[in-house]
Parts: sequence; structure tokens; C-alpha cells
Amino acid sequence: MRLFSDAHFHFMAGRRRAYIVSGAFIAIGMVSIALHGGLNYGVDFTGGTLVQVQFNEPVDAAELRSAVTGAGFSGSEIQGFGSEQEYLIRLQTFEGAGGNGAEGMEAALSEAFGGDSYSVQRVEAVGPKVGSELQRKAVLAILMSFALTLIYLAFRFEWRFGVAAVVATMHDILITFGFISIMGLEITLGTVAAILTIVGYSLNDTIVVFDRIRENLKRKRKEPYETTLNRSINETLPRTVLTSGTTLVTLLALFIFGGSVIRPFAMVLILGVLIGTYSSIFVASPVLLEIEEWAQKRAKTHRTHTAGA
Amino acid sequence: MFGTVRARLILIGVLLLLCIWALLPKEGPSGETESALKLGLDLQGGMHLAVEIDDPDGTLAADAKADAIERTLTTIRNRIDEFGVREPTIQKVGAERIVVELAGIDDPDRAKSIVERTAFLEFKIVRSGEEFRRALPRIDRAIVREVGAENLQAAPILEPEPETPGLGDILGAADDADSTAVDSQAADSVVVEPEAAATEQVADTTATEQAADTTVADTGEGELRPLTALLLESGQVGQFLVRETDIPTAEGYLELDAVKNAIPRGAELKWGVEPIAGGGEAYRTLFVLEDEPLLTGEDLADAGPAARDPTFNQPYVPFETTRRGARKFERGTSRHVGDLMAIVLDNKVQSAPVIRQTLGRRAQIEMGTGSSLQEAQDLALVLRAGALPQPIRIVEERTVGPSLGADSVRQGKIAFVIGIIGVLVLMVFYYRAAGILAVFALGVYVVLLLGGLAGLGATLTLPGIAGIILSIGMAVDANVLIFERIREELEAGKTPRTAVDTGFEQALSAIVDANLTTLITAIILFQFGTGPVRGFAVTLVIGIMASFFTALYVTRTLFMIYLDRRTAGAPISI
Repeated sequence: MRLFSDAHFHFMAGRRRAYIVSGAFIAIGMVSIALHGGLNYGVDFTGGTLVQVQFNEPVDAAELRSAVTGAGFSGSEIQGFGSEQEYLIRLQTFEGAGGNGAEGMEAALSEAFGGDSYSVQRVEAVGPKVGSELQRKAVLAILMSFALTLIYLAFRFEWRFGVAAVVATMHDILITFGFISIMGLEITLGTVAAILTIVGYSLNDTIVVFDRIRENLKRKRKEPYETTLNRSINETLPRTVLTSGTTLVTLLALFIFGGSVIRPFAMVLILGVLIGTYSSIFVASPVLLEIEEWAQKRAKTHRTHTAGA
Repeated sequence: MFGTVRARLILIGVLLLLCIWALLPKEGPSGETESALKLGLDLQGGMHLAVEIDDPDGTLAADAKADAIERTLTTIRNRIDEFGVREPTIQKVGAERIVVELAGIDDPDRAKSIVERTAFLEFKIVRSGEEFRRALPRIDRAIVREVGAENLQAAPILEPEPETPGLGDILGAADDADSTAVDSQAADSVVVEPEAAATEQVADTTATEQAADTTVADTGEGELRPLTALLLESGQVGQFLVRETDIPTAEGYLELDAVKNAIPRGAELKWGVEPIAGGGEAYRTLFVLEDEPLLTGEDLADAGPAARDPTFNQPYVPFETTRRGARKFERGTSRHVGDLMAIVLDNKVQSAPVIRQTLGRRAQIEMGTGSSLQEAQDLALVLRAGALPQPIRIVEERTVGPSLGADSVRQGKIAFVIGIIGVLVLMVFYYRAAGILAVFALGVYVVLLLGGLAGLGATLTLPGIAGIILSIGMAVDANVLIFERIREELEAGKTPRTAVDTGFEQALSAIVDANLTTLITAIILFQFGTGPVRGFAVTLVIGIMASFFTALYVTRTLFMIYLDRRTAGAPISI
């Protein structure tokens, strides 16, 4: 079977439209983030306590809420986790009365529902100091991945390929953050891992196209830059589509069957793969073209200046 | 080098056998078979703790802190060894932090208390309290000065109000209630042999003190008496009662530097550990102790096994001192026969029994009636393993219950199988015969990846499972790149054999660049991440290497076989 085996899409001609689409996506995401008053950071970064509790009998969320707030944990969030028997309780405090927030929570639950009526499935308690450390590390990790790939691409290709790849990747990350906000997902360590994976995937995709561009630039020097870019994208299109397809198939399996803990992670990755594929065609290569045109224009004006002098 | 098909197949076969061998279940240290893939805490259930030296004011010098961290590390190791957790991880992370990872524990709270308990044990003589009583007006004045009279509206002016449950009232209440505060405090916690006589003797002393106290209170009439007003007579030597609700206020006063200076030299105040019920209210005892201990936990040679006292139905921990400790203990207790000796654990008085006779090498710590035998056993454990040099503080805790972990593993396996099937179907559908080659290559990839993980002793985490599943989708990418190139070469009119050769060559640079950039992000992830995220990074790294090898070597070999078996001149199915 073949898909797009002899495609001649004019990707570059439509690049203005792609800019509008990308801009709109980013804008929607940013508006959502602004409306939510910033991103929803999980306990990994804010510090606090997350407790996943499973009850033997279904428990009403309101009842649970009153038990938790009654114990003095104000500003706590309660979220169903699949059924009426399983809840995620998020406390803002790391240390509650009598030490750890989780212990105080358990005491409150035992009092309200009985000590044998529930079991604690998961506790994630992060102190404020560790939280801010993790925050710094996460930002550093994302920036480092940019810097290193930029250096690598500048070394393997040319600096403008590096710049275009990083622009495309930033585009992906911005849209992903917007998506996370719209879906009401939390930024956790897992989300950051997902984002870094998207960075890897998107670069991977972009590089395959760039590799072909580099090759075609060498082979057909007389061809206009825009034509070469278009040809390269069209030539790699079957691969782009198929690889996205296989990756999406596995991610869908993970999303559907992987269980509730991994689901948000899979969701972010699915979106990331879609965006990453889109951006390697509609963002990375157009940016490369813009850089080239800008460089040519500058060279031309430079030349006329020297000629006039 | 491995140019011939046969040589290539042998190399692949050897690698596969190595991986399968690495994946075979191994005999564990205790005889049971263990899965070769080490599961992370998030998959098998367990607890991750990060602790630091508790030094909120930053008063500890850097080298003292470094020393404390080292000693804490050793002590926690000893404790966990005694606790008996299989393959615990206890390590220093950075300069100031210790990470403890305990897999498969069923009582995380208990494990946590064993790790974090300072277990600083002291034996101190209870003072008569007379000196302290005389210092009370001075202490009260110091509080008024520090806090300001206008901020003390809650602290009443001490007047002879009938409602104030003063000395006599409380004593009376305790007598009525028969088995409350006073009795349990004295009788429950006699070191060697509890005798009724002890209580009597205590009661005697109180009578005289009661009088003394009244006079002290009288002279203070009309003055603000913030601390005195909170102290109620306990009826025992050197002990006061404070209402549970007043404890934060009292603690606040006692924290003041001016108050610390006003407390008589050589004395110190410590709270009792257990609340005492009496007259419908809960109280806690405030002890006046000698600040010099007779003996500390460092003088202990051994502790345990904990047992339950049949007569009083309370658990106790027998202990044995060192030779040097025994001499100190003898000297100290011989001078104080008849006095009370407080057993102070982590700055809280566990009990204050009467010294009936000179104590030597062996004695026991009796726990309150509310304690369980397990608590006594845990106390024995931490005493044996030694005290922490400084109190520590938990800065991060992550616990996953075993059933949640098992669910994750099961669901991960399902997603894994379905993901692979999906990819296989896509590949065969799209590339036909070549797709089948890719399927074989993918099979080799999966074995290499899992075997690599097992062989390197990497830990499989939940994000790691996600990483494996994701990497399968991405692993076929190299094959796709190659196959697309081969198709292009065939379309350009090349013979199958040349098309395959050129296809592999042309695809190489894209595969190298794409994989290396992914490798860069994976390595950053590894640097950045803790636990589960690290597991994800490790699977990505091993996955990239395995996919590199399978695409360029295994698929190539499979193509060689395919081309050889094909009838000469026939087109290849791709």
C-alpha cells in the first residue's frame, strides 16, 4: 500500500495560513491559561500533599469534602478518580497538624468513615523546598534540551536549521501547555517528562525532513529554495504519516488500556505527536524559508550598498 | 566483518540468547524466584522518603551538618536493616539530603516513624520543683516584659477565684477518679519493680509543696501571672499539669529567651508524652528535671526484646548498658534512691518512675498503658540502632500501595500487547513482505530492550512502561525510513539488490540524527528526574540503542535473507 507516494502539495505557498492556525492555537491556549490564573501546578512543584484513597463502599464526594475541610484542611481539592469509590485528595499543606499532612488526613478519614472503610493507594507529599527545587530543575531541563539540540543541529547542519527546529519545538511546547490548561490537567513530573518526550519526538520528525532538505539542496543547487523545501517535505511525507501512525497507535493503546494513572501522560503525548508532526511540516520548514529569504534580502541590500558606494 | 548472512545471524542469535538469559527469573537471596526486571516503587508498591537535618534557623555549621548527615545515614541504615526490608535503597543525594526507598512494605506509617524518630534517650532526675516555684514570679515578669501586658488579655490576673481549678481541686479530682493521672503516672512507669509505696511517698511530698505554692501565688496577687496561671498542681514532685488547650500558649512562653534565662540554673522543663484525663479534661504533665542526664542512649549496649508486663498489662523494653554506662548509672542512681527518674525520649518524658534501688547494667523502660507491643518493639529497634545525631525532617514522601502498583503492571502489559499488535498490523498492511521483516525486527527489538533493561539492572517504572510502549511506535521509524528509501530507489529504476543497499545507506544519516537528538533529551530527562521519570529516561536510552541496532543490522540481515531466497529477477514486495 502507498500513501502520498507521489505527492506535490504546495506546503510553502500555504505557510501564511499555517501561521494563522498556529497563532490561533497558541492564542487559545494562552487565553485558557490566563483565565485559569496560570497553569495548574501539581504538588510536585507547589509543595503539598496528594492522597489517593479507595473506599470499600461508594462515598459521596460532598460528604468526603466536608470530612476533609472539617479536619481543618482548607483549600483542599477533591476529585473523583474513575468511580465513587476512589478519590484524589489534594491538600495545600505538606505538614498538617501532628506532622505530615497525609497522616492528619488519614486521621480525619478514619474519624468520618471508620478506620477499615478505606485504603490509601498513593501518597505524594512534597515539601515546599523540594517543590521549588523540582520547579527549577524542570525549567532547566527544558531549556537544556533546547540548548543542546540547537548546538547539535548547528554542528550537524547549519545554524539556521537549529533555529528553525527550536522555533518549531517551542511552538509545540506552547500549544501543549495550552492544551494542558484547557483539559484541566496538572503540571506534574510526569507532564514534564511527557513534554520533554514531545521535544524529542518533534525534533526527530523535523530532523528527518531537514535531512532530506540538506540532501536536496546539495543535489539541485539551481532550484529555488522554496521548491526544494516543498519537494523535501513531499518526499518524506509517507514516512512522516506512517511513523506518526505507528506512534499514535501505541499511545492510543496506552491511553485506553494503560490505566488511570498513566492516562493524562498518554493524552499529553498523543497531542504532542500530532502537533509535532504538524509543526515539522508547517512550522519548521517555513521558518527555514523565512530565514533564508531574510538572509538573501540582507545580502542583496548589502550588495547594492557596496555597489553604490 | 560480519559480512555473511550466517555470521550476522550468529551475532543476532547470541545477543538474543544473552537477553533471554538476562530475562529468566533468578533465584533471590532468600531462595524465592524473582522477576528479572526490577520493578520500581510505583509498580510494586513502596515508599520513597527524602529527609534532611532539621535546622530551620540555619544555626548548624556546615561541617557539623555534613557530619550529622553521615551519621544519620549510618543510623537509618542500621534501623532499616533491623526492620528487615528487602533491598532497601538508602543513599545521600546532594550534600544535605538522604533518600530512603523501601519496596513492598505494608505499613508505611510505621516504617516512616522508624526512619524519622530521633530516638534520643536520656535518664534524668526529677527535681523537687521548689526552686522553680520560687522562680515563677520572675518568669512571669519576664513574660509580661517580653510579650507586653496588653497582649496578655488571655492570661488572667491570678486572684483567688473559686472557679480556678487550683491545687486542691485538681488533687481532689485525681483522688476521685482513682485510676487517673496521678496514679498511672507514678505506678505505670517504675523502672525495676512498681510498688504501691511509691505513690504514697509521692503524695506525702506534695502536701508540703502545696502549701509552698499557695504562698507563692499569694505574693503575686494583683500581678499578671501568665505562666503560673496555666500551671496546675499535679500532686507529684516536680510535676505540674497543663490543660491540653493551654499547651501552645505555655510552649510559646517557654520558648522566650528571657524565660529560659529565668529558669533556675541546672533545671529544665520537659513535657510528658501522654495526655492525662482527669475531671473531664485532658492535661499534660510539665516536668522539672535536672538538665544533666544520668545516662543517655549512647550508654546503651543492647535493647529488647520488648515484652508485655503481665501484671500491669503494659509493654516494656528491657535494656543493657555498656560497662561504662553501668558505672555512671550506679553512681547516679545510688545518690537518688527514692527520687523520681524521668525517662526522656526525644525531649518528651515517657515516664518518671521511682528509683527503688541502685541500678546497674540491666533495667527496663516501661511504656504507657496506651502503647502497643509493636510500639515497644519499634522503640527497642531504634534504641539498638542508635539515636540520630540531630532531629531530621521529611521533605518528600511518595507512597504507592501494592494493589495500585499491581494494577498498573497489569494494565501496562495489556497496553503493551495491544500497542505491538496495532503496529504490526499497520506495518504488514503497508509494506507487505517487507512489513513482515519489520515485524521480525520489532520482535528482536522488544527482546533486546527488555533484556537490556534486565541486564543493566534498570528499574522498570510506570512511566518506564509508557516509555517502552512509546518506543515501539518510534522503533519502527527507522524501518520506515529505510523502506521508503528503498521504494524511492526502486521507483528510480534500480534493481532490488542495489535499491536495498542504497536505501540503507541513504537512510543512515536521518536515522543517526533523529536518534541522537532523542538520546540528548533522554539523557537530560535522566539528569532531571527522580525515580519514575528516571525509569522513563532509562527505557528511552536503551530503546534508542536497541532500535538503532535492529533497524540497521537486524533488518538488513533479514533483507539479505529475503533477497537470497527470492527467485532471481522477481520484484520485491515492499
